[in-house]
Amino acid sequence: MDFLYGLFIAPFADFAFMQRALFGSLMLSLGACPVGVFLMLRRMSLSGDAMAHAILPGAAAGFLLYGLEILPMTVGGLIAGIIVALGAGAVSRFTIQREDASMAAFYLISLAVGVLMVSIRGSSVDLMHVLFGTVLALNNEALTLIGGIVAVTLACLAIFWRALVAECLDPLFLRSVSRMGSPVHFIFLGLVVLNLVGGFQALGTLLSVGLMMLPAAAARFWTVRVEPMCALAVLIGFASCIAGLLLSYHASLPSGPAIILSAGVVYFCSILFGTRGVLRARIVHHRHRTA
Amino acid sequence: MTNACLTFRDLTLGYGSHPAIHHLNGIVRKGSLTAVVGANGSGKSTLMKGIVGVLKPMEGAVLRMQGVRTAYLPQQSELDRSFPARVVDLVSLGLWPKRGMLGRYTKEDRESVSKALMAVGLGGFEKRPIDTLSGGQLQRTLFARVLLQDADLILLDEPFNAVDAKTVGDLIQLIKRWHGEERTIMVVVHDLDLVRQNFPETLLLARQPVAWGDTKETLRPENLLKARRFHEAWEENAPWCEPSEHDHGHDHHSHTHDHHHDHGSGPRAA
Repeated sequence: MDFLYGLFIAPFADFAFMQRALFGSLMLSLGACPVGVFLMLRRMSLSGDAMAHAILPGAAAGFLLYGLEILPMTVGGLIAGIIVALGAGAVSRFTIQREDASMAAFYLISLAVGVLMVSIRGSSVDLMHVLFGTVLALNNEALTLIGGIVAVTLACLAIFWRALVAECLDPLFLRSVSRMGSPVHFIFLGLVVLNLVGGFQALGTLLSVGLMMLPAAAARFWTVRVEPMCALAVLIGFASCIAGLLLSYHASLPSGPAIILSAGVVYFCSILFGTRGVLRARIVHHRHRTA
Repeated sequence: MTNACLTFRDLTLGYGSHPAIHHLNGIVRKGSLTAVVGANGSGKSTLMKGIVGVLKPMEGAVLRMQGVRTAYLPQQSELDRSFPARVVDLVSLGLWPKRGMLGRYTKEDRESVSKALMAVGLGGFEKRPIDTLSGGQLQRTLFARVLLQDADLILLDEPFNAVDAKTVGDLIQLIKRWHGEERTIMVVVHDLDLVRQNFPETLLLARQPVAWGDTKETLRPENLLKARRFHEAWEENAPWCEPSEHDHGHDHHSHTHDHHHDHGSGPRAA
């Protein structure tokens, strides 16, 4: 018993920073995982990744101007992310270019600006925090910010759920019955940016998209409906956060990659063992019904 | 004319600078059932898109009757069949005009979804994931959604593609039922026999309206020949269409009008 307590409970019970890390990352999962499910269903998984890169120059600008402060870096990241999301979204909606190409163009430009900014100041250890996150050093400010982001995300998802599903399932139909199509698309892109920015405190700009996509991608192998898929993604996100933090505590690993790798393990298991996974499809289908 | 559900006023629709529908004038009566026929590229789908408002007119306008509710079944649906949804989720989208984005689905709503599925012969399919449906079943599912939309103006763009004969019969019955309920219906169809048997009115398109009115009149051999002769390709260096040319549409499209003077009931051009 003591061993199990030491393994699973003690790290969180004994250290305030672990509690904060746990609290922060669980909140993040609550908002980011459902957003990730829709990102995946809209085949924009890589757009999320592109967006994460796009946030970098904003965060870097905040860092250059104000040092390692949460607020300026967040606001900077938010602005950069929204410019790229709106720009790429607008180009794909109002011209013949598809979203993948416009997104790639915008994020590459953004990334180049970011790298340029970093090189002006010269490299710095602190900047590593921007890139790879510091989940173990979440302060009150950061936790409040994440809490706010999660509240906004869940509220938006609840309000726009039906429109979001319709926009994914049959966009032309939505356009024929309502004008919500374009607004919903941009609100959704806004949520993606918001959650990536929320995540970069904890996981870094490059890995924050991991907590969004991996649980969603894993949940896809288990269910054929959207609602359970979102719930399952959140649960997988929770499990990954707990496992990742414990792993990082016991093995002295950086916490961000540990969390994402835990989600990666769940993803691989889902590919193999999921109800819609590889093994099931290969093995179980020897028998069939009459109709 | 007070009973016009749709009025086309010198409507030109197209892509780039090339018209796919060229100076269309006329009305679609409320409660009429019209088949839209013509060769590939004659502007049938474009006209549908223009009526729904997905495509903005290059010139002229489509005027819809005030407060008319439209249901549109596109030829190339942008439906994502890999999306994890069940038949009931897809059909329930048809409740949008009634419930909007936030309205809760009631027990009656769920019953009407079941009824709509029964009407298209898909009773008991509610829980089926949409990626397991056959092409014809999916088409019928989309019909059920149109049914649920309870629209006054129903636009169906080649609804019988990839649908077996029995199902075509069922769907025609459904369309006739709508016709009986005084709904205005326009259907893009390729099968002329089907049109002759089931559609009172026909619009024959070849970028410009070749003939429009009573089906028997419209589908006379000389009209069909005229429609077949139309030049499908765009001309990159086609001369610009000057406003003065079509202001006097009567001279320009005189062939269109001859037929309409022959009979009284059909919609007339200009």
